[in-house]
Amino acid sequence: MNTPILEMKNITKTFPGVKALNDVSFSVAQGEIHCLVGENGAGKSTLMKVLSGVHPHGDYSGEILFAGQVQKFRGIADSEKAGIAIIYQELALVPDMTVYENILLGHEIRKGPAVDWNETIKKANEMLKKVRLDINPASLVKDLGVGRQQLVEIAKALCKDVKLLILDEPTAALNEDDCDNLLDLIRHLKEQGVTCVLISHKLKEVIKIADTVTVLRDGKTVVTLDAHKGEVSEGVLIKHMVGREIDNIYPRREHKRSEEVVLEVRGWGAHDNKLGRNVLTDVHFKVRKGEIIGFAGLMGSGRTELAKSIFGNPDGYTLSGELRVKDEVRSFRHTSEAIKAGIAYATEDRKGNGLILIQDVKQNITLANLAEISKRGVVNNNAEVKVATEYKEALSIKTPTVEQMVVNLSGGNQQKVSVAKWLFVKPDVLILDEPTRGIDVGAKYEIYSIMNALVEQGMSIIMISSELPEVLGMSDRIYIVSNGRITGELPVGEATQEKIMQLATS
Amino acid sequence: MTTNDLRKVMRQNIREYGMYIALVAIMAIFTANTKGIFISSRNIANLLNQTGYIAVLAVGMTLVIVIRHIDLSVGFLAGFLGAIAAIALTSWHMNVWLVLVLVLALGVLAGLVTAFPVARLGIPSFVASLAGWLIYRGALLLVTSSKGTIIIPDDTFNAIGNGYIPDILPVDSAFLPGLHKLTLILGFLAVVWFIVSEIGARKSKRSYNFDVIPNDMFVLKIIFISFVLGLITWVLAGYNGLSWTVVIVLGVVMVYDYIARQTVLGRHIYVVGGNPEAAELSGISVKKITFVVFGSMGFLTALSGILFASRLQSATTTAGTLFELDCIAAAYIGGVSAAGGVGKITGSLIGALVYMSLMNGMNLMGTDISLQYVIRGAVLASAVIFDVATRRRKR
Repeated sequence: MNTPILEMKNITKTFPGVKALNDVSFSVAQGEIHCLVGENGAGKSTLMKVLSGVHPHGDYSGEILFAGQVQKFRGIADSEKAGIAIIYQELALVPDMTVYENILLGHEIRKGPAVDWNETIKKANEMLKKVRLDINPASLVKDLGVGRQQLVEIAKALCKDVKLLILDEPTAALNEDDCDNLLDLIRHLKEQGVTCVLISHKLKEVIKIADTVTVLRDGKTVVTLDAHKGEVSEGVLIKHMVGREIDNIYPRREHKRSEEVVLEVRGWGAHDNKLGRNVLTDVHFKVRKGEIIGFAGLMGSGRTELAKSIFGNPDGYTLSGELRVKDEVRSFRHTSEAIKAGIAYATEDRKGNGLILIQDVKQNITLANLAEISKRGVVNNNAEVKVATEYKEALSIKTPTVEQMVVNLSGGNQQKVSVAKWLFVKPDVLILDEPTRGIDVGAKYEIYSIMNALVEQGMSIIMISSELPEVLGMSDRIYIVSNGRITGELPVGEATQEKIMQLATS
Repeated sequence: MTTNDLRKVMRQNIREYGMYIALVAIMAIFTANTKGIFISSRNIANLLNQTGYIAVLAVGMTLVIVIRHIDLSVGFLAGFLGAIAAIALTSWHMNVWLVLVLVLALGVLAGLVTAFPVARLGIPSFVASLAGWLIYRGALLLVTSSKGTIIIPDDTFNAIGNGYIPDILPVDSAFLPGLHKLTLILGFLAVVWFIVSEIGARKSKRSYNFDVIPNDMFVLKIIFISFVLGLITWVLAGYNGLSWTVVIVLGVVMVYDYIARQTVLGRHIYVVGGNPEAAELSGISVKKITFVVFGSMGFLTALSGILFASRLQSATTTAGTLFELDCIAAAYIGGVSAAGGVGKITGSLIGALVYMSLMNGMNLMGTDISLQYVIRGAVLASAVIFDVATRRRKR
């Protein structure tokens, strides 16, 4: 291995009451792809914030050496100047501006007092070539898919003559194709001399791409492994991340399914009047009491649209076809009617449209079923705390009190609050859209166990997921969605990743 | 008791207490600079009556801002509805109670009309209510153009803004001469009610095995608030007692505060403000809440118009000018957040009191009007900066 480009030595960072980083050392060699893994709350993001100057020098103890020099970054501007670029999970692009404007944002090329647009477009084209993205630089960012937006973001970083590129969970929102594409690009950049740090929860891709892997746990460096010496495998990583071996990530069990159909959709179609196209065409499916149905498919295939069209149609599609709930034809004018009919939908975007971040845990849990704890329209505060505390304990939501604001919880615990909210509604059919996105292995396992327990009690679950192992590990039956249609139905015994991918791309 | 406990409670609630501290500080400064005239019973009664028509608007505006909207039309709508009341009394010779019901109903209707383009068509409330601002201004000029100022001769109507609650004994009776007896009794009952309900709430919490604040802190809190209530009662009893305006404002604040904090409707309003998409996906109709909140704003606007017309005993062509901005300022001083989902009803009442105390006190001191505006602006800016700063630290 080469000399290190980055050395972080004995970094300790405390927040009021918490030691987020405890004597962490982290070293990245010149020209390698270094993966940083760990459970949510292990300190990965904090470490990167120390590096990029978000937590300025003096806010932490320890030393940072970059490109052979001791660095004392006081802000992001300092670290960018030194050649460090961070790309966060939430993209920092302006959706209503063109690709070239975005790429040169903050680094505008000037001619006198004005922006030199010709030079700008030329430079943007060079950068797009570097990230191997073949699009018109004049297109608007909002018209691109997430995968391409990610590449634009990388192009923007490269523009600043970056030596160390840090990607924070870049593939969390991408489908398999875009993922592979991105990983390819990272390898390609490596060949061009860009060192890369990749933070990821997807261990398979870590194994695919990493030269070196560092595992963080509870604010400490656990181990640094060399992939070329064959030290890295999924089992090893999980063991180091959680500090225990998880033999089986999916607590599979036999579900006592009945033949009773609780939800059925026939010839279901949805037309999005804003986009002017059909998002769903001729969809048929059935959900029986006490089973977990997996909805597999690529992002944008119409799975979320299908769930929402059943759940009271909040996006206002023009619907056609027949929806039967417990053998009764229904049409819901509002989400509240769907909830009353026993359907619940936990969104894929818990921060965006799932939780009220500025309200506390108890208010979020009781939100969809306040009637249960009220009399004549007046909420019983004490009953509310009691109910919320019960769910906090049942789902082991880690929070000091149910009066804690949800924004302060970790991703996994936020997801549990979101699930608790829908459990309190006591639905017959619970639709979970990407229930484990962006949460760590331990929390995933807990969510799976909760799902099993619910099905045991006779609830039916529809799980929408982009992670194939999860779909295979948890479902009783799998429907594959592609292009707004159901392209296949497989009992779990016959399903394989290859079969599903084939149907999902057909 | 430990001073640590006290410090902890103070720190946790600094944002809320900050406003009360500011109000007390402002009052102290004016009292010192006006040789005590500011705190005199007569001036305080006057100040509270002045605050009335802004305070009810600020209460409604708080909920509007909580659901991430704004209503600019309230100023001239209040003026216009006040003029309608005057016309109904003088030209149509309607019964005064009927007039009140009619005007309040018109207010609700006007609020729903503003809500329609906002909730149904997605027009920004700034634009929709700006249109209302223009329309009601025109309407006010139209109905008052023939006579200019309409004098209201009705005593019952005028008592709303100028009258005081009757007393049980004559003021100069041998028992406590010079004090308003009924006000004292009501004040006493308020203190008793406060103590009983606090103890009840504490008991109920205990029965669920929840944490309660330490005993000594609890006693201290009760003594302090009882003392403040008693002091206010004493000051008011020294003049004419409780005015009808104060009774109405207190009623509005109590009802709205209860709705906001304790009812399902109130919860839904704050959820819509906190995250409208999540609200919609939780079975809450954002449209319905928008209509309800704007409807309530219209109702309170009508009430404000009535209070103002009654206070002036007339309707004028300029009634309601700048009310909308005054009540928005009061709501922001009271701690409502423009990002939505945050803001207390009681905060807005205090905000209105702070804002009107400034005006009243500076008028007493004879401060130049130009300087008055600058100082009011500075207070608004510092209140919001303080609010944002303390909110950030809490995270």
